[in-house]
Amino acid sequence: MGILVNKDTKVIVQGITGKAATFHTKQMLAYGTKIVGGVTPGKAGQIVEGVPVFNTVIDAVKATGATASVIYVPAKFAADSIMEAVDAELDVVVCITEHIPVMDMVKVRRYMEGKKTRLIGPNCPGILTTDECKLGIIPGYIHKKGHVGVISRSGTLTYEATFQLTAAGIGQTTAIGIGGDPVKGIDFIDALKLFKEDPDTKAVLIIGEIGGSAEEDAAKWIAENMPEKPVAAFIAGRQAPAGKRMGHAGAIISGGKGTAADKIKALNAVGIEVADTVAHIGETVVKTLKRAGIYEQCHSNFLS
Amino acid sequence: MNIHEYQSKEILRSYGVAVPKGKAAFSVEEAVENAKELGSNVVVVKAQIHAGGRGKAGGVKLAKNLDEVKNFAAELLGKVLVTHQTGPEGKKVHRLLIEEGSNIKKEFYLSFVIDRQTARVVMMGSPEGGVEIEKVAAETPEKIFKEYIDPVIGLAPFQATRMAYALGFPQEAIRKASGLMLKLYAAFVGKDCSLAEINPLVLTAEDDVIALDAKLNFDDSALFRHPDIAALRDETEEDAKELRAAKSGLNYVNLGGNVACMVNGAGLAMATVDILKHFGGEPANFLDVGGASTPETTAEAFQIMLDGGQAQGIFVNIFGGIVKCDNIAKGLLDAAKIISPDGKSFPVPVVVRLEGTNVDIARQMLKDAAVENVMVAETMEGGAEKIVRLVKNAN
Repeated sequence: MGILVNKDTKVIVQGITGKAATFHTKQMLAYGTKIVGGVTPGKAGQIVEGVPVFNTVIDAVKATGATASVIYVPAKFAADSIMEAVDAELDVVVCITEHIPVMDMVKVRRYMEGKKTRLIGPNCPGILTTDECKLGIIPGYIHKKGHVGVISRSGTLTYEATFQLTAAGIGQTTAIGIGGDPVKGIDFIDALKLFKEDPDTKAVLIIGEIGGSAEEDAAKWIAENMPEKPVAAFIAGRQAPAGKRMGHAGAIISGGKGTAADKIKALNAVGIEVADTVAHIGETVVKTLKRAGIYEQCHSNFLS
Repeated sequence: MNIHEYQSKEILRSYGVAVPKGKAAFSVEEAVENAKELGSNVVVVKAQIHAGGRGKAGGVKLAKNLDEVKNFAAELLGKVLVTHQTGPEGKKVHRLLIEEGSNIKKEFYLSFVIDRQTARVVMMGSPEGGVEIEKVAAETPEKIFKEYIDPVIGLAPFQATRMAYALGFPQEAIRKASGLMLKLYAAFVGKDCSLAEINPLVLTAEDDVIALDAKLNFDDSALFRHPDIAALRDETEEDAKELRAAKSGLNYVNLGGNVACMVNGAGLAMATVDILKHFGGEPANFLDVGGASTPETTAEAFQIMLDGGQAQGIFVNIFGGIVKCDNIAKGLLDAAKIISPDGKSFPVPVVVRLEGTNVDIARQMLKDAAVENVMVAETMEGGAEKIVRLVKNAN
């Protein structure tokens, strides 16, 4: 199981002829992902890593029946690529590209209103359902099948956390990097709702960072809606100097929130343990599972 | 990206936003010349640095005649201003804005920012102008008004009118105030701003509405379509190491301590700073080498960290996904060749923790090279603790 993508999901790669996209197409195929097509305008008829290339998303969808897309298009054109995928009514669109202008993303979000597509990212590592499918750049080998869902605002912290879980014998259902940009697609709560409905997912790890109030909102949502699944957390940026990453007016808009201390307080207040350092994420999940009495069913000995 | 107040005002003027008459001056003579041209009874001499709180720090002076202009300009040029936003080291004044005085009846606050939650631009206003807006938000949140803007429609005139009434402008000035808001929004969108803040926005005795101060910040990701804005960058306002790093695609933030770190990804970089501090270390910097790091950029990163002797130890913490560990190892070995006479040592201890893509190749490379002072850590926790201990013992 897991969420959003699985072994049957048919995927297209937008910008497939680019160097990074070609490299990761190979990796995604090797992981078992059903990549059925690629899109680069003007390159229709080419074959990349055994995958046929089309000029437009709609051409690729008509020919292949794809329902998901992963975007590696350069920042200047990436917002347009997202809208093209939304227009083709894909279920899931993952945008890896970083440095997309914020106003472009404001327009994308407006364009998506009332449409069915779920956007992951931009500026994210993508999504991986263990042993089934991966869209993006997450290294596959660190993932092992299990019962913990992972949601993260940071790419490398997703890998770090998963690595620690696997080392501790705690497998994962789906890991999803939602991206760190201020204006983006799905947020913690959207992903939590999906994990709540997934019978294989017994617990969730959320990895947040300073800025905005998404972690505080998630804490409130969990307390009100998901008492049956335990949650553990980590927040990066305890020592970040104020104002370096976010303007003062931006902090005011979210009601003065945004510091790591505020987020940790909000999570602790609803009974969610927050790892004290990045090195203790795996340990914190183990403690959380034990407290909930589900450690045994979530633990496997991957090494044996 | 930040620019100076006088540059912000020039941009606003080009969008038809009412701002006081004024011009930048780089010398005392130029300041006096500009004041003469203005021909106004009262002239404001304003220090131009990239930080707020200049008024309180003595960086804004009212001159009643040309002699006073000359004296104030001489006093401010070259002076180091310390405000609540500059840090204790302050910022040296290289430029002044010479501006006509305004007859202020009342001060307001007005800004545009992007709201994460709604994915919209929001216009924020308050009748409490000229003070720190953070304070207003904390103490009297009912005095802050917001209008969320549909990006397709833009700021609707009724929203601007509603804001003007909410802020308490008199009837005679409502259209001037709402007109200014519409023009400011056009500037915000037209130049891809991340912040446009007018504090204070003033109502004059003549019932005119003008932007007495102006602060524009720009979205770095959109600078490619605004070469005119990119050209306004004042490198003297920025940290030399941060600038040098940016040129190699590295994201470096100086934190002032003595334990340097090099990490991939902003989240892990922040978490690494946190863990160094957790073990009692003083982080020298935040450094994200990004996803596109090559041996060349990695070698440059080492040189930036070591430059100036601030770093007494370096912690390398890499989890390779898109970044390949062997590229980092090669960069480290290349840096050793550039830095040390024999090419086989580092001047300070370097603890390296690597995981992820090509980690085995990278570890073998480091082992084979046997560079003096470079140690491979088995775990992140062990590595962080070790570098903090090594730096402490050296002092």
